[in-house]
Amino acid sequence: MTDIGVFKVIPPRIRLAWTRFAGSIQSSWKTLVIWTPFFWLLIFFLAPFFIVAKISLAELVIASPPFSNMVQWVDGSVVTIRLVFDNFIYIFEDPLYARTYVNSLKIASISTVFCLLVGYPVAYGIIRSGPVAKPLLLFAIILPFWTSFLLRVYAWMGLLADQGTINSLLISLGLIETPIQMLYTEFAVYVGIVYTYLPFMILPLYANMEKLDSTLNEAAADLGSGPINTFFKITLPLTAPGIIAGSLLVFIPATGEYVIPDLLGGGNVQMIGRLLYNEFARNVDWPVASAVAIVLLLLLVLPMAVYQHYQAKSSEDT
Amino acid sequence: MVNKPPAPEQSKEQGPSQDADQEPLLQIRAVIKKFGDFTAVNDVNLDIHKGELFCLLGGSGCGKTTLLRMLAGFEAPSSGKIIIDGKDMSDVPPYERPTNMMFQNYALFPHMSVEKNISFGLQQDGFSKSEISDRIDDILRLVELRDYKKRRPQQLSGGQRQRVALARALVKEPKLLLLDEPLGALDKKLREQTQFELMNIQDKVGVTFVVVTHDQEEAMTLSTRIAVMDKGKFVQIGTPTEIYEFPENRFIADFIGSANIFEGKVIETSVNHLRIKTEIGDFDVEHNIEVSKGSHVYIGLRPEKIHLSKQAPEKKTENQTLGVIDDIGYLGNTSRYKVRLESGRIIDVTAPNQVRPKNRTHHITWEDNVYIHWDASSSMLLNK
Ligand SMILES: Nc1ncnc2c1ncn2[C@@H]1O[C@H](COP(=O)(O)OP(=O)(O)O)[C@@H](O)[C@H]1O
Ligand SMILES: [Mg+2]
Repeated sequence: MTDIGVFKVIPPRIRLAWTRFAGSIQSSWKTLVIWTPFFWLLIFFLAPFFIVAKISLAELVIASPPFSNMVQWVDGSVVTIRLVFDNFIYIFEDPLYARTYVNSLKIASISTVFCLLVGYPVAYGIIRSGPVAKPLLLFAIILPFWTSFLLRVYAWMGLLADQGTINSLLISLGLIETPIQMLYTEFAVYVGIVYTYLPFMILPLYANMEKLDSTLNEAAADLGSGPINTFFKITLPLTAPGIIAGSLLVFIPATGEYVIPDLLGGGNVQMIGRLLYNEFARNVDWPVASAVAIVLLLLLVLPMAVYQHYQAKSSEDT
Repeated sequence: MVNKPPAPEQSKEQGPSQDADQEPLLQIRAVIKKFGDFTAVNDVNLDIHKGELFCLLGGSGCGKTTLLRMLAGFEAPSSGKIIIDGKDMSDVPPYERPTNMMFQNYALFPHMSVEKNISFGLQQDGFSKSEISDRIDDILRLVELRDYKKRRPQQLSGGQRQRVALARALVKEPKLLLLDEPLGALDKKLREQTQFELMNIQDKVGVTFVVVTHDQEEAMTLSTRIAVMDKGKFVQIGTPTEIYEFPENRFIADFIGSANIFEGKVIETSVNHLRIKTEIGDFDVEHNIEVSKGSHVYIGLRPEKIHLSKQAPEKKTENQTLGVIDDIGYLGNTSRYKVRLESGRIIDVTAPNQVRPKNRTHHITWEDNVYIHWDASSSMLLNK
């Protein structure tokens, strides 16, 4: 209302010009806001992806960088584009790769399930805790990030080794006589992944549960539903977005995990991260390494795209 | 020293069955609820009979919701007992109580359609599919939401959500239906309309209602009986007429409607009249209780029970005094006058506008000298 008083003393032409100017600033600001994330994604995600994709379609050569050019000028006038699919064919023909992919997906899935089984009650407990305990508990979840990830994995090596803390303790208690091998087994890899990625499960779950209206539980109880039924019919469906977000945040990086299987699994656990490292650093075969990465990406992205598609469809239906 | 309604048969015609011989559906016995040091509900006793539409009325924070939540089983009383249909509820969890609650914020399940929200409670009771769909059809017809079965709560208006919440609580045909400020989120017109809908529904299904509200008009319209709460205690329990016409103390007289309140001293007593000396003169008050001469009392006088005239009243015996019109508030159907007495005291008087004033002037206007007078039976004797 106060604007009216101001506009009265300004001639209409100037007022119009001002409105247009303000409007254009506003709309260009809007454009900027919308396009900033696109530029970011373009430069830091999409461009590297295309570079890797390009390398995966090249041929190994002894050169620097060690792959052939995709685009070549022949006779100074004709452009040829060479796409080499050999790397992909090689990956599909050698059973080592298929086995490693399957193993990676298996380890990542099982770890995700364990993270969920541990993380869900923890997140729920934090939500239910008092006003003093809540920030402390949340702080404790984030606390491990203050120490180096590598250091924490080495600490687990110390705990799980044959002469490590756990085995020494069990032996001194007389529970076992010879050490149980834990380090350099799949078990150690599970422990490492679940331990490392647990906060990525808990935090989205917490954020999701925070929004949950506790009177809904009371309403369910009021309508005759016991605690277990209420959990499955009300709480679980309403926390599904948190479960999905947390699971993706654990599953995706766990699939490509390199450090944990390398340090805790030793040579006994093959995961795609290690294979990729070997191709890239030891064999210096960039094209195959790139192909391995692209296949991994497709394996992870395709199911998500399908899920998104059906999700969008089902929300249209209701 | 409480003035009771003079005619006991008056309360009979009000509520439904309040027969003393029938056991009350709900019995609240000396219930106290403390949160730490703070006492939210303080020694409450109450009987509610089958078929009543009972209102808990009180200002914000007086403990209404807390009491209702104890009835539903979400809070346990610090001491005291709640008995529903003859059964002590102390160890009965909410999901086993014969009550259903309509929540203040409705608490509809956001991931379920209207239909699923309503069927949720029925499924817990193990009804067959066909019975559930029959009942849903019936209840949706009752609340006029048949076309909205498949909608999600987010796709409904406030009034429609409120009716879904009501339907969800009603469909289980509980012995006791608890409603927490059920009409709070609605605008005035819709609220009034829904009040009558609620009464109709209650009439049709015969469920016993306990309604919490802070709106005295709503309580008066809806209920067969009202309990007025203040600071966790019941101040008075009675029919709307009892509460309005025979308030027990100054708090009630002022909280329900409005009242001019005078302090006074009893100077004469007779069989059913008192003569009371107040700051604005000596007045007669009709009563039917024992009050000794010399005792200190309050009298309350409702603005609409005072007559206003430019001429001296014909009945010389009637309570009367002189004043000057200080202010007039024109409300359309009525006008509210502020009358300044000689002592400086301002008295509120409301009078219906029965004649249409010509040229927008009232026959009584600012600075007019007026008589105000009232019947001895109109003034209310209050304690405290
Ligand atoms: N869980 C609780 N913990 C502490 N104090 C509470 C709790 N629930 C209610 N109270 C207090 O009890 C009083 C009554 O609350 P309530 O019953 O909600 O009042 P209202 O009559 O407005 O519904 C308020 O002062 C409120 O702060
Ligand atoms: Mg309340």
